[in-house]
Amino acid sequence: MSEIYILIEHRQNEIRDISYELLACGRKLAEEHNSTVTAVILGYNTEKIVEKIESQAHKIMVFDNEVFKEFNAETYQIALADLIQKNNPFLFLIGHTAFGMDLCPALATQLNIPFTTDCLDVEISENKLRVVRHMFDGKLAAKVLLRENPSYMLTIRAGCFPAAESNLKTEIEKLDSLVSETPDYRKFLEYIEAVAGDVDITKSDIVVGIGRGIKEQDNLAMIEEFAASIGGVVACSRPIVDADWLPKDRQVGSSGKVIKPKLYIAIGISGAFQHVAGMKGAETIVAINKDANAPIFHEADYGIIDDLFKVIPVLKEKIAEL
Amino acid sequence: MDIIVCIKRVPQTSEAEVKIDSTGKDIVKDRLTFDTNESDTYALEQAVLMKEKFGGEITVISLGEEDAEDTLRIALAKGADNAIRIKAEDFDELDAFQTSQILKTVIKDLSYDIIFAGCIATDDAYSQIGVTLAELLEIPHAALVIDFDVNENRADVHRELEGGLIEHLDISLPALFTIQTGINEPRYASLIAIRRAAKKEIQIIGKDELQQSEFISNSVLEELYVPPISKQVELLDGTAAESSSKLAGIFKEKGLV
Repeated sequence: MSEIYILIEHRQNEIRDISYELLACGRKLAEEHNSTVTAVILGYNTEKIVEKIESQAHKIMVFDNEVFKEFNAETYQIALADLIQKNNPFLFLIGHTAFGMDLCPALATQLNIPFTTDCLDVEISENKLRVVRHMFDGKLAAKVLLRENPSYMLTIRAGCFPAAESNLKTEIEKLDSLVSETPDYRKFLEYIEAVAGDVDITKSDIVVGIGRGIKEQDNLAMIEEFAASIGGVVACSRPIVDADWLPKDRQVGSSGKVIKPKLYIAIGISGAFQHVAGMKGAETIVAINKDANAPIFHEADYGIIDDLFKVIPVLKEKIAEL
Repeated sequence: MDIIVCIKRVPQTSEAEVKIDSTGKDIVKDRLTFDTNESDTYALEQAVLMKEKFGGEITVISLGEEDAEDTLRIALAKGADNAIRIKAEDFDELDAFQTSQILKTVIKDLSYDIIFAGCIATDDAYSQIGVTLAELLEIPHAALVIDFDVNENRADVHRELEGGLIEHLDISLPALFTIQTGINEPRYASLIAIRRAAKKEIQIIGKDELQQSEFISNSVLEELYVPPISKQVELLDGTAAESSSKLAGIFKEKGLV
């Protein structure tokens, strides 16, 4: 088996956590199959990033050019397509992130490499490649076999391969890119930071999260009262923000805030992985949901399978009686 | 400005019990409700907003079985002008890559300045058809779009990154955009519009009418299974009063509230 390549993801001069996870995934597969891991960095003034991942891969390939200062799916695609065509790695791993989702399908399609997305696990046997992924709102897992080919491309879900220490001897190779300027058809303009609101949900010890199960905006008041009575703040999953019932800065999840409170109470939240990514670091997690199959119960320490509208008023009373 | 919107009819599984069928490769669908994929409703709404601002026609396209026509009619009622169904029943199992190729063979001959697709289908959750389709059509793209406008034939695009950060891009048209939920407020179709849409013709395209007959597959789903439970939850059962009482007791014991 030839090499495993992984794409290092960085943003605003900071390496993203997914990069360490991809390195860990790559090393695990390389150990199992007597292969090597090559980390590919596209960036500008990349010394710090190279330093951070040194010893985590057998080789680091660096395209250091101002054109790669910010992620751009089009410039990345041109440079990576050329690299992959020249070196034919067995496997190319990319994060299933906002960058990876924008890049992988186009890059793999251009190269006619079988690919799939949002993988939780990877199995290789006799050049056959299988992945595990989730479907149907995370309620089922699927084993997927890719079309047999000398090379493959995958995007890997965050949180599936824990970052780990490593002390590999790393060879560093600097490469010149085909791309020297940003194509006119896609130009990066700027990053826009989220606006801070009145409540910082990352600072509270107790967070009460609400989701679709709340049904109507008017029911928010009941949750606000409950949260206030236990000294917590109200946060939410994506559908509540999509419906404009709460501002974006209350959203817990990969595209919102990552919180680590002492207590997180998920009310009427099904537990999509994007939400779980934002709250799994809570010390104690409670889930209240009438759907016994909701994936949130796989994350919770304590669960109540019941109608939230019945439970919350009573729970508020019971806590007040303590 | 002509716009194509790719839409999919999907089972609503977020609050339903999902069971694996006897093939082990699909779910039991007879007790599930079906509706337009969530992010596709936002993609359609964005198309209607653009049509209201700039004029032009909206074509909605779905690769689906006959009941996908209900989904297409709702789109017509909400403001789409034309609807196309590609007959999924003419094909065996299709993976996301084959679906992208089939959509391409039909879309390449249509008039468009913009293609919108949802950023993810809630059933198979691949998030790959839109970006793959853009590559097959050789047009630029941006995924996970959370704000969108057009100025002088260029799209002004906000893409949603992790942690609430926005990437602001300028992209030339024609191009494809996958739309994230929350970008707009999808409208409801009025009863009059639904009645009117019921009479509209949906163009139906069979496999034999496509210019291509072989579509290479990237992957095969071998089996579905219930994911192993990583963490054992302690369920507090009984009536609401009993379970609440137990939970309050745990909060007290652990000094949580």
